[in-house]
Amino acid sequence: MRTAIKLLLLTLLFNIFLQAGNFESAIKDLTASSYSKKQKVIEQLSREYSDNKNLSTLLQAMLNGKLYYTKMDKKFVIVRKKEGGKLHTVELFNPESKSVNPKSLYKKVKTNNRLRSIIRTKLAELNLFSPDKKRRLKSVENMLEHLDKESGALINKALKSEKDSKVLAKLNEANLILKAKHGDEKEKLLAVKKMGAYLSPQTLQTLKEIESSTKDAKLKSAAKKSIGSIEDSKWFYSIIEKLFFGLSLGSILLLAAIGLAITFGVMKVINMAHGELMMIGAYTTYTLQQLLPNLMEYSVIIAIPLAFIVSGMVGIIIERLVIRHLYGRPLETLLATFGISLILQQLVRSIYSPLNQEVKTPEWMSGALEINSALSLTYNRLYIVLFAILVFAAVLLLLKKTSLGLKVRAVTQNREMAQAMGIKTGWIDAMTFGIGSGIAGVAGVALSQLTNVGPNLGQAYIVDSFMVVVFGGVGNLWGTLIGALTLGEINKFIEPVSGAVLAKVIILIFIILFIQKRPRGLFPQKGRDAQE
Amino acid sequence: MSKTRKPLILQILQNDRGGKITLSLLALLVTFVAISNLFVPVGSPFYMSTYTVTLLGKYLSFALLALALDLVWGYIGILSLGHGAFFALGGYAWAMYLMREIGDRGVYGNAELPDFMVFMNLKELPWFWYGFDNPLFAFLMAMFVPGLLAYIFGWLAFRSRVTGVYLSIITQALTYALMLAFFRNDMGFGGNNGLTDFKDILGFSLKSDATRVGLLIISFIALFLGYLLARYIINSKLGRVCMAIRDEESRVRFIGYRVAQYKLFIFVVSAVMAGVAGALYVPQVGIINPGVFSPLFSIELVIWVAIGGRGSLYGAIIGAFVVNFASTYFTSAFPEIWLYFLGGLFVVVTIFLPKGVVGLFEKLTAKKAS
Repeated sequence: MRTAIKLLLLTLLFNIFLQAGNFESAIKDLTASSYSKKQKVIEQLSREYSDNKNLSTLLQAMLNGKLYYTKMDKKFVIVRKKEGGKLHTVELFNPESKSVNPKSLYKKVKTNNRLRSIIRTKLAELNLFSPDKKRRLKSVENMLEHLDKESGALINKALKSEKDSKVLAKLNEANLILKAKHGDEKEKLLAVKKMGAYLSPQTLQTLKEIESSTKDAKLKSAAKKSIGSIEDSKWFYSIIEKLFFGLSLGSILLLAAIGLAITFGVMKVINMAHGELMMIGAYTTYTLQQLLPNLMEYSVIIAIPLAFIVSGMVGIIIERLVIRHLYGRPLETLLATFGISLILQQLVRSIYSPLNQEVKTPEWMSGALEINSALSLTYNRLYIVLFAILVFAAVLLLLKKTSLGLKVRAVTQNREMAQAMGIKTGWIDAMTFGIGSGIAGVAGVALSQLTNVGPNLGQAYIVDSFMVVVFGGVGNLWGTLIGALTLGEINKFIEPVSGAVLAKVIILIFIILFIQKRPRGLFPQKGRDAQE
Repeated sequence: MSKTRKPLILQILQNDRGGKITLSLLALLVTFVAISNLFVPVGSPFYMSTYTVTLLGKYLSFALLALALDLVWGYIGILSLGHGAFFALGGYAWAMYLMREIGDRGVYGNAELPDFMVFMNLKELPWFWYGFDNPLFAFLMAMFVPGLLAYIFGWLAFRSRVTGVYLSIITQALTYALMLAFFRNDMGFGGNNGLTDFKDILGFSLKSDATRVGLLIISFIALFLGYLLARYIINSKLGRVCMAIRDEESRVRFIGYRVAQYKLFIFVVSAVMAGVAGALYVPQVGIINPGVFSPLFSIELVIWVAIGGRGSLYGAIIGAFVVNFASTYFTSAFPEIWLYFLGGLFVVVTIFLPKGVVGLFEKLTAKKAS
């Protein structure tokens, strides 16, 4: 049985090898100078090797005039870059082998207009009916960009066999544009009316052309109406996009501020080293990626608990060594923790380097969720929003539903009484500070996916996160949530008008003024301990 | 009435041994440096370089800034993390005069516009630069602008009883916001690069040793006057109310004092002092840029006062000198160590020396006495 499988595999391998070999020999004639010979080769290739991966690469390179071959041994290469008299090339069949050689060693595979149009059609055909959904989508999008009359037949053919709704929508759009341009009068009017539901720039452009050139009053008004509806939905989606950006900025602020809300709000400790604890979380991610390059895809997920532990431990050490001596003197904790933040920054500079480090984004976090041509949400922001909500819920549960949370609240409300009831207040202090710091570390992991990881990472966020806590109301986690989201949204909505820096200045001034009106924030603590 | 009246200065400095000693030592130091720079030949072991003169002048302006902070923090309990902003505003106001004084000697040779404006393609002077060719106006502005900002900010903050940590954080936000704003090129203050390339001041070349020594002496006089003013305020009845506010704010309010007014007064006086310090800093250092607005500088300034000893006035001067001397030494000798050292200083001083160096001295002398 086993031998049979082995044999099967072997034949399969051999087959592939053979095919590749055949493919290689089949394209040999591309070196000929006659265009009709090249055309024959292309037609043969697309008939016989339509599932060969190299075919589309070859055709694409040929289309863009980037396919060359060496004069000496007729090896096909693709040009990546031209620099001076030299060509930077990659071998067609071996993408690993790159080289830089003088131009004179190569010859270009020339194409003419007719050949290019054939290649374009073949390429589109190749991709349009490929089993890969993404490739089909890409191909239709490409077609949308250079749409000509000849593509009509192809599109109609594809429309019949296509099952995927996204590809289908794009195909429909292309079909409508073609009809609006080249159809008879009835078809034109119908197409223009329907086009109002699509959002791509090509549709809009076609409609605008029709509106300005046509003499038919009916068509003109239909085009106008469709343009109006496209612009309306574009405006609508741009608002949604801004809301989303605001939400993601708010989530970052929330992540940065939750830890502070615990140390500042619950323990009355001004932790100026909070930003540096985030920095430690980010550097934990970086170090992890350096140590385990094979686990890149999971690095961020492994980094989350790890950063929580590392930053949490650092926080506990800080609490036991320094802050313990300073309870009840908030201004002094501010100064001491600021000193600690300087030490941590310098430590990172000494261990790593003063330069920014590159933290990689795993595959599943890059890219964007494309909802339509006017709105796409990047995955990393989407995940951070989810993550922030998750962390927030976890902290809320921890404080409200666990026995540790109960003790933490007891110590905050009345230290002496809690001690009298047998709670080890010192231990609770250390744990609370550790949790606050650990959450800062987790926030650092998230930040490492968005900004540069460097020694100044923490400083950039410290003022902002204090603003969130103060704005939301100290000692109130819900206040922190609403504060963070509000500030994020406000920022993103005034940014396009005023520019990024001025938006920040305006928000700071807004908070300074807001504090005058409500010195205790949006949701002030009530009761006896509010006067502290 | 049989006693003869002492001169005002001695009256103010009565019972202030530390202040007398600190100021006298400083006066000696300044005189020594001034004489040995101007009259001792180069190469003699007693010769002080112009670099030393400038450095000492810079320290003196920092000492005045620390003094201003000690007045608000040590005597009325407002920990301002934004005093660097008042210092920087004073500095910018005076730097604007110095820029106008350059005239057509800039790179572009435009008599009306400073270089960076020509570079930014501005056709005429922005309105807020009007009048700064007049040194008297510029100097008044160096006091008025920080004072006005302090007045508006303080009026808003103290009236609604923003205190303690909240106040510290929003003062920090204030200086942070100003920093971001001044970094913008279209603010009209030179953006990132700030204002620099000054040529002369009141007609004296900034390159000459005599001008440098003159600035040093003026800095000392300003510090001296600032000290007298601060001490005078603290010795007065008003000063006593301030200290009462620092220790028991609610009680003072319940007795019937209008706490906000007192705070506002001290805050504005302190901001004006900081502004003057900034105006003295700029011609000696030769540049001012938005970095001075950074929250880091303002917090560092707090540590000068904390190290010297909060609430003693002369302690602030000592602290400013000690930390800045250490900074100058370390950043050139062991740049790696400096931040560790500064950070450690923050921690050690807050935990072990809550009253700073001055408190340490007092403890030692008290032990000896008993």
